[in-house]
Amino acid sequence: MARLLSYSDNGSPVHALSGTTKLLYFLVWSLVSMITYDTRLLLFMFLSSLVVFKISRVDFKTVAFVLKLILVFLSINLIAIFLFSPEEGVDIYGGRTVLADLFAGYSLTAQQLFYEFNVALKYFTIIPIALLFILTTNPSEFASSLNKLGLSYKISYSVAITLRYIPDMQRDYVIVSQAQQARGVDMSRKVSLYKRIKNAALVLIPLFFSSMDRIDTISNAMELRGFGKKGRRTWYAAGKIRRRDRVIIASLVCFAILSIVITFADGSRFYNPFK
Amino acid sequence: MNNLFSRRKGLAIKTIVAIGIGAALVVAIYQVSIPVGFIPNTRLQFNAAIIAIISAIFGPVAGLFTGLISHTLGDAIFYGGVWWSWVIADAVYGFLVGLTFKKLKISEGGFASKQALIFNINQFLANAAAWIFVAPILDILIYAEPSDKVFAQGVTAFAVNGAVTLIVGTILAFAYSKIRTGNSSLEKEA
Repeated sequence: MARLLSYSDNGSPVHALSGTTKLLYFLVWSLVSMITYDTRLLLFMFLSSLVVFKISRVDFKTVAFVLKLILVFLSINLIAIFLFSPEEGVDIYGGRTVLADLFAGYSLTAQQLFYEFNVALKYFTIIPIALLFILTTNPSEFASSLNKLGLSYKISYSVAITLRYIPDMQRDYVIVSQAQQARGVDMSRKVSLYKRIKNAALVLIPLFFSSMDRIDTISNAMELRGFGKKGRRTWYAAGKIRRRDRVIIASLVCFAILSIVITFADGSRFYNPFK
Repeated sequence: MNNLFSRRKGLAIKTIVAIGIGAALVVAIYQVSIPVGFIPNTRLQFNAAIIAIISAIFGPVAGLFTGLISHTLGDAIFYGGVWWSWVIADAVYGFLVGLTFKKLKISEGGFASKQALIFNINQFLANAAAWIFVAPILDILIYAEPSDKVFAQGVTAFAVNGAVTLIVGTILAFAYSKIRTGNSSLEKEA
């Protein structure tokens, strides 16, 4: 079965922060790294997220597997960008410095390299924080954090249910798919594509039926306990917002505003070193 | 299906739970895929089919949040980063694919060939809107990616998701509808 990133507490300062702070950190980081193409800002964010990763004392080995996967996707994406649009950087930065002429009219320009470097940097900025968020936030606390940030508690509760049932469903999937394979249901290259998809449905049907049963059971139980009667609810695992949380949240908000200002100060979201 | 407390404000309990369990199912099979064979390195995923069936049974709001939550969590848990433009596209898909849910009558045992046709026309339109329209445009706006590349990706995603939903989604709808008794088996007396 696929390796899954999951929470474990090692008592570091990052783990001790409230879930709300970490969620906000993750959201701000991913929003800013999404919007900006300012290389200086991205570099700063990337380096500081490495520092936070260090503080969290998370073992690099636990993320190495996922990191490899991300690097493969990233390289495919970068190559695809080059193949589909080798002059994208030239259009953006308004200059054309040819470094090498390649095959069939493709040539490598400094502008394109810099553009793709920025694309890669955007990934690297968010990866450490996203990984940390998953690895250091207690799933039970996650729903209450969403609620604290203003999401309706009903949807927050859906997220809580999702996190609670992912491992169960994965186990069910393994059981069902092995049982069906034992009965000769083949999903490999040995049968035709249409047959493969159809056979996959044979694995998904029992899984889907048991999910529908679960929906009935859980919603009946919640109905009986009067879920949703009131406008608010309390949470079993709600992290306390301490002073350091407030400090971090305040600085995050400042950072978000400042970074938008820096990004758009010269009227473009791209930082242009070629001018 | 109707419960005594359905007049409560906001989302129905069943919808809330369906979102949670539906998203958990999608995340659980996030990395389950089968090789396509003739195109190297392409694998079919079943996320779209599950989102479609949840939306077709529980309605567009359930579909929207199932798509949103499952894509966000799946991306974060397995790939350590969230590709927001595609998350939003999946949410749009989940919403649109459930718009005809009242006509489909899956949980009342009324899913026949006419309903299957409606379901599939709807899902192809929803797929087109999400992957050929929303996802590439957001990729360009948010990530400033080259337009040729993102539209090529979008068309591929449209074709693959459409085909998987056509086969797997329809099979699931027929199978589930078969085990549900019709609402019409009891009549209300005056």
